[in-house]
Amino acid sequence: MTPTRVKFYQTGSFAVGNRLLPADLRAVQSDPTRTNSLTSGHRACQGCGEALAARYVLDAAMRASKGRLVTVNATGCLEVFSTPYPETSWRVPWLHSLFGNAPAVASGVAAALKAQSRTDIRVLGQGGDGGTVDIGFGALSGMFERGDDVLYVCYDNQGYMNTGVQRSGATPPAARTSTTQAVGPEPGNVFGQGKSAPLIAMAHEIPYVATATIADLRDLEYKVERAMALHGARYLHVLVPCPLGWGSTAGQTVAIARLATQSGIFPVFEAEDGVLTASTPIRRHVPVEEYLRLQARFRHLFEPERRADVIDRIQAAADHNIERFHLLSGEG
Amino acid sequence: MRSQIEGSRAVAETVARCRPQVVCAYPISPQTHIVEALSALVKSGRLAPCEFVNVESEFAAMSVAIGASAAGARAYTATASQGLLYMAEALYNASGLGLPIVMTVANRAIGAPINIWNDHSDAMSQRDCGWIQLYAEDNQAAADLHVLAFRLAEELSTPVMVCMDGFVLTHAVESVELPGATEVDRYLPRFQPRQLLDPDDPVTIGAMVGPEAFTEVRYLAHATQLAALARIATLATEFRATFGRPVAGLVSPYRCTDADTVVIALGSVLGTLKDTVDEMRVDGVPLGVLGLTAFRPFPAAAIAGAIGDAKRIVVLERAFAPGVGGIVTADLAAALPVAGRTVHTVVAGLGGRPVTRASLRDALTAAAAGTLGPLTFLDLDERLLRHTAKEAMA
Ligand SMILES: Cc1ncc(C[n+]2csc(CCOP(=O)(O)OP(=O)(O)O)c2C)c(N)n1
Ligand code: SF4
Ligand SMILES: [Mg+2]
Repeated sequence: MTPTRVKFYQTGSFAVGNRLLPADLRAVQSDPTRTNSLTSGHRACQGCGEALAARYVLDAAMRASKGRLVTVNATGCLEVFSTPYPETSWRVPWLHSLFGNAPAVASGVAAALKAQSRTDIRVLGQGGDGGTVDIGFGALSGMFERGDDVLYVCYDNQGYMNTGVQRSGATPPAARTSTTQAVGPEPGNVFGQGKSAPLIAMAHEIPYVATATIADLRDLEYKVERAMALHGARYLHVLVPCPLGWGSTAGQTVAIARLATQSGIFPVFEAEDGVLTASTPIRRHVPVEEYLRLQARFRHLFEPERRADVIDRIQAAADHNIERFHLLSGEG
Repeated sequence: MRSQIEGSRAVAETVARCRPQVVCAYPISPQTHIVEALSALVKSGRLAPCEFVNVESEFAAMSVAIGASAAGARAYTATASQGLLYMAEALYNASGLGLPIVMTVANRAIGAPINIWNDHSDAMSQRDCGWIQLYAEDNQAAADLHVLAFRLAEELSTPVMVCMDGFVLTHAVESVELPGATEVDRYLPRFQPRQLLDPDDPVTIGAMVGPEAFTEVRYLAHATQLAALARIATLATEFRATFGRPVAGLVSPYRCTDADTVVIALGSVLGTLKDTVDEMRVDGVPLGVLGLTAFRPFPAAAIAGAIGDAKRIVVLERAFAPGVGGIVTADLAAALPVAGRTVHTVVAGLGGRPVTRASLRDALTAAAAGTLGPLTFLDLDERLLRHTAKEAMA
């Protein structure tokens, strides 16, 4: 496909990478001939973290595959906002099948490409947290276990956003959703065991597992590039704040993602063959409260009175992450 | 060359000759022998280039087939019963996306109560999922229909199920003439996908369609099924020319021309039915049999042509819609002018109960005499029913 030059509206911003760097060190997004895989005109909400992440992921994957990429999408916001018939925002070969089968469909694409000796073409599966850690989890695990040559990317906005912000297996404790209302003695989501898809992916000992957020887009690009340099089943879990579901303002999406990492509540790390290989150190450590306060889904923790008991439990979870992933050890 | 071969093996060998590029499978009785045989064929390298994907569920099996087909591979899978239901969502998706996947359904009952034996509840439960459904009468038909199915699916860009009775056919050793590899290559051209996931020409497949075009999409699906009616007939004729033997296309009439009463049925029960009819013909009862090979699309015109002006129709059903009655009967009543005809439903052989000549004879004698009711459960065990009723009261 012939690239069309992308117009940069944010000239000089860090988001598109520093164009004073040598060409090979520059961000994919800083390249005006990048694919622009998820192009403008889609119907995501203003400030949608998922839309931002998807564009970075796909453009980086397109560059890494030299434009030889096929992508499979689960049902969810990303699918719905990008393809209202007869329009599409995708400038890559793109297939949407169902909500719970994207990993298996991607496996099928990979098998077909192998059988046709078209292994120059790479396969990327993508879906929301619901499609990935809940309904598509069996298919994801099957894909990991077989070692199918697929990079699967989960855009985690911690809920079923497309259907109106219901709770998913990735919704954090205490968060208000439309099925875990902020009412009763224990408002919001319950404190369960949690379900860390990246850790479960690591337990499959697949070649590459990584987490990332849209607060560090260069890191996100790097992780896509790293994943694309490997073969077999690979998993990337990206935290993508959702202004609509989280009750935050559109302009705070990136800031909230940054606070998620700086508080330790969302650890950013990489693992190869099941072993943790790197974690991104916290540069400015903040209490979880700073992160929680910006989101209306946690408002009941502060109004009408401050729920110190609940906030402490969330803080304990963040502290546990900091210890487990060494987020404050080596000063970065 | 004829060989004494198990039905499953015959199907596996035939599918192999159709050169599938992706085969995926999840085991369920009575489908297992088919995928086991295909697994061995792929593993031996005989089918190269072909990928055999051992998946973690039937939902994944159909999903892998969907991805493979959209990426330009000839894709095949097989299932039965609970497995077919487990795929249901993906079945609609495959047909909605127009992906020419071919699947064998080794027909089996659906639980509860769990039952591994043969009837048609599984495939019939998916009658409206947009797949073409072809039913095999014997293992020769089971093998041959697979070759036709791949050709039909790819020409119309729509998926096809080949249904064969579980155990009765899948596990029966019969004399089968396997479709010759050269003839298959002649009959079945290389797969040319209608739309393809291709970096050189990126397309979006599976977009969200709202009220402005959804009706039209469904209308076109119906049009494809109707087009299949003509195509199946033509492809059956072409099959005969290529392979030198007939394959049943839409329907297979047997002694219908002068029949007063025509029995309509699908699948392996047709053999027993024909024997019964032969016996009763000796006694002067003018009976005929009409086998339906195609159930979806429903071959209404071919049925009307075959039954001529028979006064009485008996539909032998291997599945059943509780609260309604016969499934094929309902389709028949909707498709044919039944005025002046009596239509009886005989539900038989559920969950693997043998359909015997003696019982068929009784039912057909009653039909010919005008004493058969509108809905009969063949060989219903009244004693067992009374026992069950008593248990329920206790
Ligand atoms: C089998 C099935 N169940 C439920 C739905 C309804 N559904 C569509 S999208 C969606 C939520 C998607 O959530 P997630 O995967 O987290 O993606 P997000 O929209 O949050 O990006 C749900 C529940 C469906 N399409 N299919
Ligand atoms: S609801 Fe959330 S995830 Fe969906 S488009 Fe809006 S901001 Fe993005
Ligand atoms: Mg979500």
